[in-house]
Amino acid sequence: MGETQPAQHHGNADASSGSQPLMSVRGLGIRFKTSQGVWQATRKIDFDIAAGERVGIVGESGCGKTITGLSILRLLPNNFAGLDGSILFDGVDLAKCSARVMRAIRGRRIAMIFQEPMSALDPVFTVGHQIAETLRVHTGVGKEEARERTLEMLRRVGIASPDRRIDDYPHQLSGGMRQRVMIAASLICGPQLLIADEPTTALDVTVQAQILELLRDLSETSNTALMLITHDLGVVAETCARMITMYAGEVIEDAAVDDALARPLHPYTSGLLRSLPHLSPRHGKLPSIPGRVPSIMDMPNGCRFKARCPHAIDGCEKEQELRDAGSGRKVRCWRFNELDLPGALQHAPNAPIAALVGHP
Amino acid sequence: MIGGRLLQALPVILLATFMVFALLKLVPGDIAVTLAGDNATDARITEIRKIYGLDRPFLVQYGAWLGQVAQGDLSQSLLTGEKVATSIGRAFPNTLLIVAIALVLALLTGIPMGLIAAVKPNGWVDKAVSLVASLGVAIPGFWLAMILVAEISLKLNWLPATGAKSFSPSPVEAIRHALLPGIAIAAYGMAEVARQLRGSLLEVLSSQYVRTLHAKGLSMTRILWLHGLKNVSVNLFTIISLLVNRMLAATVVIEAVFAIPGMGSLIVRGALQRDFPIVQGVVFAMVIVVIAVNLIADLLCAAVDPRIEQ
Repeated sequence: MGETQPAQHHGNADASSGSQPLMSVRGLGIRFKTSQGVWQATRKIDFDIAAGERVGIVGESGCGKTITGLSILRLLPNNFAGLDGSILFDGVDLAKCSARVMRAIRGRRIAMIFQEPMSALDPVFTVGHQIAETLRVHTGVGKEEARERTLEMLRRVGIASPDRRIDDYPHQLSGGMRQRVMIAASLICGPQLLIADEPTTALDVTVQAQILELLRDLSETSNTALMLITHDLGVVAETCARMITMYAGEVIEDAAVDDALARPLHPYTSGLLRSLPHLSPRHGKLPSIPGRVPSIMDMPNGCRFKARCPHAIDGCEKEQELRDAGSGRKVRCWRFNELDLPGALQHAPNAPIAALVGHP
Repeated sequence: MIGGRLLQALPVILLATFMVFALLKLVPGDIAVTLAGDNATDARITEIRKIYGLDRPFLVQYGAWLGQVAQGDLSQSLLTGEKVATSIGRAFPNTLLIVAIALVLALLTGIPMGLIAAVKPNGWVDKAVSLVASLGVAIPGFWLAMILVAEISLKLNWLPATGAKSFSPSPVEAIRHALLPGIAIAAYGMAEVARQLRGSLLEVLSSQYVRTLHAKGLSMTRILWLHGLKNVSVNLFTIISLLVNRMLAATVVIEAVFAIPGMGSLIVRGALQRDFPIVQGVVFAMVIVVIAVNLIADLLCAAVDPRIEQ
């Protein structure tokens, strides 16, 4: 962001085809209880993440992307009522495994970082302690070695003079440094998957770009898959190879970032792309998606987007499945073949995509 | 930090002693009448007022007392002529022992109760703790004291019902005498510690950083005892300092029930007889203790929480 060169696309391009994916989510649904009864936050979530692949999960707030991320590590809030489907990770079903197995996976095989690096760090322990803790809990290495490796990790996440910073408390660091500390704590055991929930949303724009670059580099050098949850399409365009769009608790599109940006197959994805401010003509009215997300208490039958969809016709009230759209793409819209939806390339067909979608 | 706090203590001491002095002068009653004895003439009473300086204006009397305190002298009882410092020196250990026992009991019971209640909020353990805590807050200390005397001292004859013993010849006897009054005061403390600890621990456990700790793969035991306890210890120190203040206040009634010659009895006697140097002396000593306890609590908070500047 702020970068003018086109973003390179990393990740294993061929990972999605052929070999077994690192993680395979099938039919995932999450239920919560409230005073008004149990409601279904997400349902029928299907997606795969290959080893080393970087996948963006996008959608507006409340679409269930954060809940989906949390459910992989079973870090769901107290009013959580139940989980359907399976989360197959390296042969273990995370949706059903014991708490002990889950704990051994958390932090060691799958790590997670969050939006607010200040509140995500324990205020009364040094950052060094918090980074080393992940390592010590999972591997039982000694104090000395843990400190050495913590220093090394701090260096890798780009913290200057780590030997001074290691004994600092979170409140003594800037927001960007705190997020670097979070990343260090999450990657010190060398996990195969890092779930990053809006990791840059709380940061300054200049720092955002640095953190994204760091995540991309670390994911590449250590072959750590990245599941990047964000509402910011620019972040996805710069960081990820594949993009999964969610709407009202469902996955509605799953495609390579380039394909999705150039030719979205779902009207909602298209609407999202067209409402990016810097894609609209100057001084023109910013296109927006009319209406609002249906309430979780009152979900329509069939396509959940149909009330806001300009292409809705009779037949959209039928249950929509996530269809195979060819060339590794999936979409939850039965009309995807007949619609020719505008993407992010509409205004400048030859401009590199990431430069367009990324922040100006 | 310490120097500044001691400086802040000065106006507190002045205000507290002045208020108490003013209250004593406002309520009807006159020590001169007591001193003059039965059937004294008005002239005799006036004479006694003059001797003790009780005829001087109110502010002058307060100023004179303050002047003496500034020289390190708490003056003497009008009634007995004994040095106030001596009376306090005799009474204070008795009160201190009761409060110490009450505090230890309150923490030993309240902390585990608060912890187990917070681990499963709204579970049956939590509800049981909440019930016990409600009882602890609701039951008046003097009532509990009388029940304890009736059941444990008079019926079972396990512990002495009244009086206090000095610590020096026999600590065991001293503690035996202080145990029942300690328990009577501890009930409220236990409830307060359990409730406050549960509340602040729940807040910590639902915080974002505890979610991070879970995401790192830490066990609940480690999260609770290492991260949870260190984070709530700041609140705990604050709770303890407030509790000590309340317990000191509670001794006034409890000492009366158990006939213990402590600070509470001293101030009650002083107030009833309008023996204001005694009352002033006790208030002065209590204010010093309260300020010291708060200061220690603040220092401990600063020691565990790096966000508090030393």
